[in-house]
Amino acid sequence: MERNFEIWRGNVEGGDLKTYSTKLEQGMVVLDAILRIQTESANDLAVRWNCKAGKCGSCAMEINGKPKLACMTRMNEFTDDEPINIKPMHAFPVIKDLVSDVSWNYEQNKKIKPFNPSKLPEGSKMVMYQQDVERIQEFRKCIECFLCQDVCHVLRDQDKKDKFVGPKFMIRLASLEMHPLDKEDRIPAIKEEFGSGMCNITRCCTDVCPENISITDNGIIPLKERVVDRYYDPVLWVYDKIFGKKK
Amino acid sequence: MDYSDMQTIEHDVLVVGAGGAGIRAAIECASQGLSTGMISKSLLGKAHTVMAEGGVAASLGNSDPRDNWKVHFRDTMRGGKFLNQWRMAELHAKNAAARVTELEEWGAVFDRTDKGLISQRNFGGHRYPRLAHVGDRTGLEIIRTLQDFCIHQGISIHQECTGLDLVTDNGKISGMVAYWRETGRFVLFKTKAVIFATGGGGKAWKITSNSWEYTGDGLGMAYRAGAELIDMEFTQFHPTGMVWPPSVKGILVTEGVRGDGGILLNNRGERFMFNYIPEKFISETADTEEEAGRWLDGDKEARRPPELLTRDVVARAIKTEVEAGRGSPNGGVFLDIASRRPADFIKRKLPSMYHQFKELAEIDITKTPMEVGPTLHYFMGGIRVDSDSQQTNVPGLFACGECAGGMHGANRLGGNSLSDLLVFGKIAGEGAINYVKNLQNKLNCSNDDVAKIIRGATDILNRENGENPYLVHEKLQDIMQSKVGIVREGDELKEGIENLQAIKNDIANVSSPASAQYNPGWNEALDLKNLIVASEAVATGALIREESRGAHTRIDFEGEREEGLTYNIVIRKTDAGMVAEKIPREDPPKALSDIAFASLEDLEGGKIGA
Repeated sequence: MERNFEIWRGNVEGGDLKTYSTKLEQGMVVLDAILRIQTESANDLAVRWNCKAGKCGSCAMEINGKPKLACMTRMNEFTDDEPINIKPMHAFPVIKDLVSDVSWNYEQNKKIKPFNPSKLPEGSKMVMYQQDVERIQEFRKCIECFLCQDVCHVLRDQDKKDKFVGPKFMIRLASLEMHPLDKEDRIPAIKEEFGSGMCNITRCCTDVCPENISITDNGIIPLKERVVDRYYDPVLWVYDKIFGKKK
Repeated sequence: MDYSDMQTIEHDVLVVGAGGAGIRAAIECASQGLSTGMISKSLLGKAHTVMAEGGVAASLGNSDPRDNWKVHFRDTMRGGKFLNQWRMAELHAKNAAARVTELEEWGAVFDRTDKGLISQRNFGGHRYPRLAHVGDRTGLEIIRTLQDFCIHQGISIHQECTGLDLVTDNGKISGMVAYWRETGRFVLFKTKAVIFATGGGGKAWKITSNSWEYTGDGLGMAYRAGAELIDMEFTQFHPTGMVWPPSVKGILVTEGVRGDGGILLNNRGERFMFNYIPEKFISETADTEEEAGRWLDGDKEARRPPELLTRDVVARAIKTEVEAGRGSPNGGVFLDIASRRPADFIKRKLPSMYHQFKELAEIDITKTPMEVGPTLHYFMGGIRVDSDSQQTNVPGLFACGECAGGMHGANRLGGNSLSDLLVFGKIAGEGAINYVKNLQNKLNCSNDDVAKIIRGATDILNRENGENPYLVHEKLQDIMQSKVGIVREGDELKEGIENLQAIKNDIANVSSPASAQYNPGWNEALDLKNLIVASEAVATGALIREESRGAHTRIDFEGEREEGLTYNIVIRKTDAGMVAEKIPREDPPKALSDIAFASLEDLEGGKIGA
């Protein structure tokens, strides 16, 4: 069956939706269609992809307005006469066609203090139990597609990238803070520099996560609680006043 | 032209490729204070390593204390049909455990044993549960750990930057010309050493687990710079790729499914692998379903099920079953774990397989068997290197990971790739450090060389009428799929080589008349120059190896020949074109051959290699 697609073509100076068509095969995903169109009628159509199996997070884009991985969006999710439009992620500047400039995310990651384990005695192995690592393993499933960043109101609608690091890096921070053997203190940075208070817990990030990570409930909320415990605990506040802040 | 106008970046070492091997090499170089640059075709963290599923092989001995480097070494040599570079296999087996432990110190969170140590799973060809893993997303864990670590090591990371060709000065590496994908502009890296970690060339086949990046870039660039390629005839077809629906054909199904108890069935419901146990493995493989079942239940006296034979054996068996009419409806066989393990176990140990089949094929693998068939997965062959430094015959050029050849011989064991990346990434880094520190003269990049490379790339953009690069690529894939496949034959290989010669004209005539800015058509056209080198090298090597060994199967020369063990095939560029030569293998040190050929009883009893 021949099928039409509206694909955004353009660059930082502007662009618009152009119509392309290609023949559908059984089991196709949207990325297959894009790659067919690229081969047949738009050789220079810019699109990022790698694994084509939902493991690398490269092909994040907006399909009929929804932030999705093109490689995991099957064509049979759409009815035969439903129009399909495909655009680049909205929260980041466009480079060309379906490719956005996601470099801001890589800059945020650099600001996070890396894993800092307690020193082990020479020759001994790290001991951590499965039940103690399971919750950070959930965060470490993240494939860095940045769909959660794309959908986050703070980044997308309010464009407050200078105030909030975004859900992706909140769970990166959570994976470090909850690591059983990490001894770094990132709570002050989580509050100030990374802006944990900016998140309104609308859970939009969780909804779009292709890895089904409970970003808000398991990652962001516990971090917010740790910040509250540290800074807004009344008993601690009095204690700090009398004895000085603990390091 | 004068490149003083173009962007120039200077480094002591430039690492090309940012998968596991490249990042590990860059970390090593930076740790010694070298100015280190690293370029990657894609964004950081998206390289092929991210797709590795099952695990990383290292004889930590956590899940079975009988394991040690010698057993790992023996398994690797047996798996490689004894054609591996002995020294590389030795270094690999000895260093893998330290490299995995180091990752843990850098933040990797592997699955744990009851005692809180790194858990290890069974895999094909490995005597003991040896693969450190995180469910079935081990590659993601490894690349993310390396990525998050390397960004704090002072490495200059240049993303979406693709190498075009090397520049040499009096035979020594002096630079590399590359282009930025985002702008299409060129950049000259002036550098004292280059480490290739560019992966293989799986995109030469139609059915492959590899992504668009896998076009043999390092192989092509090294070859043109005068480096030798080795063992190119050995290309691994992973036995279990998806076969349905058509659009996902080739996508990997981890060997971990079989490691965790999955079995292979034909359309009569027979566990056919019992019929394909090679002579050499008879004494170590279960011969009844009953014994295989006991092994799965943890009986240490029971022998391993035949589904866990090496990949070459399993891939050929599947092909044979399908051709005999005993295949599944979509041309594969059945891989069943549903009837072997409870649903929650499958979801916990194989979450991404569960997800992948559910989303892409609408199949619930906890209820229904999967349909699988062979898919081109890995190049055992690659750039020929010195085992201890990973240096090529071109001074200043190093190679590690999949793009380097020799470590895996005729067939790679699952899990030995992730460990290879870590072990030889570090060794290549050390080799480059050593080279750079001893380098005396100042190196130059000649204007003419740089200009020639750039002209070769811009021609494609300026050509108004020419071949569609994507269609030329499809044509190349058709040739490799049909003529240089899993089972090969002399006349077909000759035909394949002729067809490849013919397609060179198309490649010389590809056009992509558009702006150079993020232009995948142009990028594809440039990749073809390397992919054709990789393809021709595989076909040429395959034609002159007149025997069947490991992943290389010749229907006209069945079985291993004694003579086949006496040489490796080396490929180099000459004025007359590509030349392949059989070079004699050196005898291994006695201590190593004793271990490799030891019986398990003697090795484990401490009688050998103590």
